[in-house]
Amino acid sequence: MSDAHVSLRDVTKVFPAANGGEGLHALGPVDLDLGKGEFFAVVGPSGCGKSTLLEVIAGLTPASAGTVEFEGWRVDADIPDGIGVVFQEDACFPWLSVEQNIAFGLRKTALAADAKQRRVRDVIDLMGLGDFAKSYPAQLSGGMRQRVCIARTLVTQPRLILLDEPFGALDQQTRLLMGDEVLRLWRQTGATVFLITHALDEATMLADRIAVMSARPGRLIDVVQTNWPRERDSRIVERAEFGAITARLWKTLREESLKTMALKGAGQAAEPA
Amino acid sequence: MSTESWKSARNAVVLIACLLAGWQALYWFAGEIAMRPPLATLRYTANLVTTDAFWPHLSETMRAFAIALAIAVAVGLLTGFWLGFHSLSRQVFEPMLVAIYSIPKITLYPVLLLAFGLGMPAKIAFGAIHGIIPVALFTINAVRNIKPILIKTGRVHRLGPLDMVRSILFPAALPEIFTGFRVGFSLTLIGTLLGEMFAAQRGLGYLLMTAIGLHNVDLIMAVTLLLIVFAAVVSTLLLAIDRRLHRRSV
Amino acid sequence: MSRITLYRVGVIAAAVLLLELLCYVRVIDRITMQPPHQIVRDLFVILASGKQNAAILKTLSNASIALSLAIVVGILAAVALHGYRTVRETLDPLFATYYAVPIFAFYPLLIVLFGLGDAPQIGIGFMLGVVAVIVNTLNGLDRVPRVLRKTARIQRLGTIETALKVALPCAAPYVLTGVKFAVAYSLIGIIGAEFIMSRGGMGYEISFAYNNFDNATMYPLILLILIVSISINATLSWWEKVLLARRGL
Repeated sequence: MSDAHVSLRDVTKVFPAANGGEGLHALGPVDLDLGKGEFFAVVGPSGCGKSTLLEVIAGLTPASAGTVEFEGWRVDADIPDGIGVVFQEDACFPWLSVEQNIAFGLRKTALAADAKQRRVRDVIDLMGLGDFAKSYPAQLSGGMRQRVCIARTLVTQPRLILLDEPFGALDQQTRLLMGDEVLRLWRQTGATVFLITHALDEATMLADRIAVMSARPGRLIDVVQTNWPRERDSRIVERAEFGAITARLWKTLREESLKTMALKGAGQAAEPA
Repeated sequence: MSTESWKSARNAVVLIACLLAGWQALYWFAGEIAMRPPLATLRYTANLVTTDAFWPHLSETMRAFAIALAIAVAVGLLTGFWLGFHSLSRQVFEPMLVAIYSIPKITLYPVLLLAFGLGMPAKIAFGAIHGIIPVALFTINAVRNIKPILIKTGRVHRLGPLDMVRSILFPAALPEIFTGFRVGFSLTLIGTLLGEMFAAQRGLGYLLMTAIGLHNVDLIMAVTLLLIVFAAVVSTLLLAIDRRLHRRSV
Repeated sequence: MSRITLYRVGVIAAAVLLLELLCYVRVIDRITMQPPHQIVRDLFVILASGKQNAAILKTLSNASIALSLAIVVGILAAVALHGYRTVRETLDPLFATYYAVPIFAFYPLLIVLFGLGDAPQIGIGFMLGVVAVIVNTLNGLDRVPRVLRKTARIQRLGTIETALKVALPCAAPYVLTGVKFAVAYSLIGIIGAEFIMSRGGMGYEISFAYNNFDNATMYPLILLILIVSISINATLSWWEKVLLARRGL
């Protein structure tokens, strides 16, 4: 029994084939320990099983083999308490106002109504959504909608936050600013953050440790320590180490991405030098 | 493809078996005064279609239905294309079409009877007014949902107006227009039959209405069975074509 | 009033005036149709005299019972069916055929089963309405984005709660479309059944008036049914517009 906040042992995922054939080996085996309060990012070529890894940790998909533990409890295709997930797609409920969307996260919490209201209020202020509390998601920009989803996750005060390419649909400037936001929230909440992304600069800027995932079946083939201070923001991109880390990630990732392209039948994908 | 057609064949067999079983069970529950079991109905129907009295009714219905459907499709397509391309007319008329679509048209049968008299024109009119609006509404949508990028591509290729319609607009709108035709088919059929029930002295609808009036259970069941089989065969066929057309479009 | 509304009012006014004119110059004779203003006046007379109140009440209350049953049963059936792909694929041809068949053929059967009261008519109205609700609700449930279902799981909602709090609210505009159809179909069912065989209700009164050349009763009653169904439809459409506008659609 490790004392890590989240720990994965030999986690493998094979999607069974429809006609009883061999099945698709999507992931693993993966071994991983996340420390409490750590910011961990995973980068990898598209289709490598990054999102599958996140869904297994969240309990959205059962692992085919291996174990996932969160705070010492087995996660087995059952969503544990204390986990929040933010998806890439817009997951706002379009029929609820911003306020109602955020309050939705507290439905099951045994709090008095006014305590719930206070908590919703706090998160709205924290995310800078004060002017939009009564608005509906359709009236907001993509970035603001993603904030609503983050707020709906934060209001439950999760101890582990899983981010599945949360800024994938946003433009570059908004992504950098949202990155600042996430760093600030990470410090304030003390939660462990697990980020999936395909953007190397995003991973380098945000995370304490970055894992590179191989082409399918996804394995963690390199883990890079960034050694950033806890107090940091998007201006970290100016540092020399930033370039070095991103370059190291790309070196590993490039070979894997080429493999993926070759697998997809691109044909002319050149062998790495 | 072959596994797919095998699957739909299996589904059809299962559905028919379930319906027949349900029918038989309902017969055991409701008894002889309410209905006949499947086998007896089949026997009576087989007998009915060999009688000379039956065929004039059938051909009368089919003739009325064919004319009504032709009118519904022609008027529906014209209206649909017009309103689809002309934005101002659409904004004025589409809500009216939707409102007319939503009224229980069965209440209008006395009006049509007074306008057209008892017989063929009344039931054709009844069938057509049921079918025109769905064809028109689906066509409007089909035309409006053609992606502007397709039209731009056509213009880049310097297509003339006729070519534009033939190789871009029509193929792009076809799946949705076909769905409209499918719905229009069903509603025109029911419209024609209702017209015959209330405003005619010949045809399958009239035969059904007389059977209901005389409580001739054998005849009610036989006519209903024939109508269901006809509607089911054509609807299933149209549904299959519809699916294939839609699968092709992105 | 916007330009579009103005045009719309203009078109309707022109149509009514044309009818009025055709009646006035006797292109349409009085036995076929009364002029529109006469129909409206007759409607007020009928409503004021109260002699049709029982029939109106009977038809509208039966239709609302049939409609409510169709909505509740239809939504429940759609939610139950939604997960089972094979069952749905099997039922698709049935749904596609359903509205091409005269459901009124089952009216005598329902009379034998339920007796000569209101129940068989409500049964026909329900049978006609329920499938529209099922088909449209299924259509809406199919369009619930996967990420919303995942969100429901992350929030640890059970099956029933997911349906009530996420799937159905998300599908609401489609459910509403089904309800609009069901309004028309339940009225068709009730009135059609009254035409065929009944001892009261607006359908019975209309066909009785028709047989007695009593246009002063028939046209106002038809007009009333049209007004009722169009106003319900307009109200639901307005509500649908509010729901869709909220979603930026």
